[in-house]
Amino acid sequence: MTGFVGGNGAGKTTTMRIILGVLAADAGQVTWRGAPLTRAVRRRFGYMPEERGLYPKMAVREQLIYLARLHGMTAPAAARNTDTLLERVGLADRGNDLLEKLSLGNQQRAQIVAALVPDPEVLVLDEPFSGLDPLAVDTVVDVLKERAAAGVPVLFSSHQLDVVERLCDDLVIISAGTIRAAGSRTQLRATHTAPRYELVVENDAGWLRDHPGVTLVELEGARAVFELPRGADEQPVLHAALARGPVREFRPVVPSLAEIFREVAL
Amino acid sequence: MNTLAATRLVAAREVRAKLRDRTFLLSTLIFLLIAAAATTLPSLLSGGPSTVAATPAVSAELRAAGLEVREVPDDAAAERAVRDGDTDAAVVAGPTVLAREEAPADVVAALSVEPPVRLLNPTPAEPPGAALVPFIFAFVFLLTSQTFGVQIAQSIIEEKQTRIVEILVAAVSVRALLLGKMIAGTLLALGQIALVALVAVVGLRLFGDSELLNLLGPAIGWFLPYFLLGFVLIAALWAAAGALVSRLEDIGTVAMPVQLVVMIPFFGVIFLSDNAFAMQVLSYVPFSAPTAMPLRLFTGDAAGWEPPLSLALLLVTALAVLAAGARVYEGSLLRTNGNTSLRTAWRERETVD
Repeated sequence: MTGFVGGNGAGKTTTMRIILGVLAADAGQVTWRGAPLTRAVRRRFGYMPEERGLYPKMAVREQLIYLARLHGMTAPAAARNTDTLLERVGLADRGNDLLEKLSLGNQQRAQIVAALVPDPEVLVLDEPFSGLDPLAVDTVVDVLKERAAAGVPVLFSSHQLDVVERLCDDLVIISAGTIRAAGSRTQLRATHTAPRYELVVENDAGWLRDHPGVTLVELEGARAVFELPRGADEQPVLHAALARGPVREFRPVVPSLAEIFREVAL
Repeated sequence: MNTLAATRLVAAREVRAKLRDRTFLLSTLIFLLIAAAATTLPSLLSGGPSTVAATPAVSAELRAAGLEVREVPDDAAAERAVRDGDTDAAVVAGPTVLAREEAPADVVAALSVEPPVRLLNPTPAEPPGAALVPFIFAFVFLLTSQTFGVQIAQSIIEEKQTRIVEILVAAVSVRALLLGKMIAGTLLALGQIALVALVAVVGLRLFGDSELLNLLGPAIGWFLPYFLLGFVLIAALWAAAGALVSRLEDIGTVAMPVQLVVMIPFFGVIFLSDNAFAMQVLSYVPFSAPTAMPLRLFTGDAAGWEPPLSLALLLVTALAVLAAGARVYEGSLLRTNGNTSLRTAWRERETVD
């Protein structure tokens, strides 16, 4: 599962549209398993565009079956998949309603089903979680994890960095149309942020300011967050602290995705 | 899945959606009622032969002429019958025909002797209303192609407006999408016309004169291929027009030119129908050929080789507009924010195959 993160206008949606052949690339090429993507291969991709859209005046179940069949499924398989997925996202009893009769959140669920229904080999989802209530987010996260576990690569973009953090194995961060960082979460942390520690002492931690190699991030009375140069040993700092009095806490701080993002994208 | 299968799926969905559309069903019903009324009402309202009051002396002769005769004992009773409105006319001694305001043509004819007539250069007799036939066809063509053309444009705009188009073009080619819509429109249009024609034929057979029906047969034979290709041509124009705008409210800005391209040739044919040269030219111009050529064939002005040639021209133009329409459609499909100019759409084919 790969998260695709970037600020507004960074080029996430454009990239996804190019992958799906909705837009032509100005330069470069999209390849899949070493060969340029063709429409035949792309038809086995599941896509959820950022700008949501289904037929408002068509019954939910009927249009999902139609979309599955456009992706090359047989009618019975399309119907079977549609029913399973509608059940899964809690829309089983709304299948025969017109889409426009559904609430926005439920339309969003139907939209996700639309991407999943053709049993795609690859899933490309543009902001799949926006507009979903927390419960629906959980359902969708479960379904996506299932697909990923079954070997389907999932590429999704999101502004909700906490969801990305919870879900993704890999991350791609883009800014102004270029990839700023890509790799696994731990790898990104290791390469893009300096080691960071939190120290809580008995009295004032202000002395850290003058300790060699320390860059203070936060200082609040007895509590301080600081960074050390990459590869530097943190133990001398602890010794220095102990020499001044009792140490209540000393631990490495794992930077959040938001921090990495800020670091990389700006 | 290939383009053909995708096209079939798209067309099937369009047809299903339309068959469930209440407006479409209602308009079809109204057409059917009009066709039924137009073919049956005239003969139902004309009221049959006149009733005549007559004495037994002349009644047999009048009866033989197909009139409804009421026998009266004498001429005074016959006159009374007319005055009281019991009969339309009366025949009294003379013989003299009595009627209230107008001379009853059928009664007069029954009592007259026609001199023998020998025509030196006879023309086949045309039943009343025959001259109108090609214009009725032209009008049906205009009405149908405009109605269904607008619907094709609307269906395209709707997909852009609801943004589902992005999912669609990710799965199937733009050409399949466009073709599917046009095929669905053509099938529905032909289906609607076939239904209306069926009602009209049944109505004519039951109530009208069969002479007109015999005349319609070969005319319909030529009308069909012209209708089909002409419809494809106009549908392609509408599809391209629909691709240029992104909101249904804006359809008016692109509808005008298309309507002009369809209406001007139509009225040209109507107003120039007496000008043989103009009609010959118009029967080759692709936009007016579907109305002009069947009219010339109907009046017997066109030579045998002319319709195939003009049909071929029409086919080539329809295919060219179809290809151009697909290109414009591709170029403007995803410009969902605002309208696209024709030039931009032509240059910027954004989607890839």
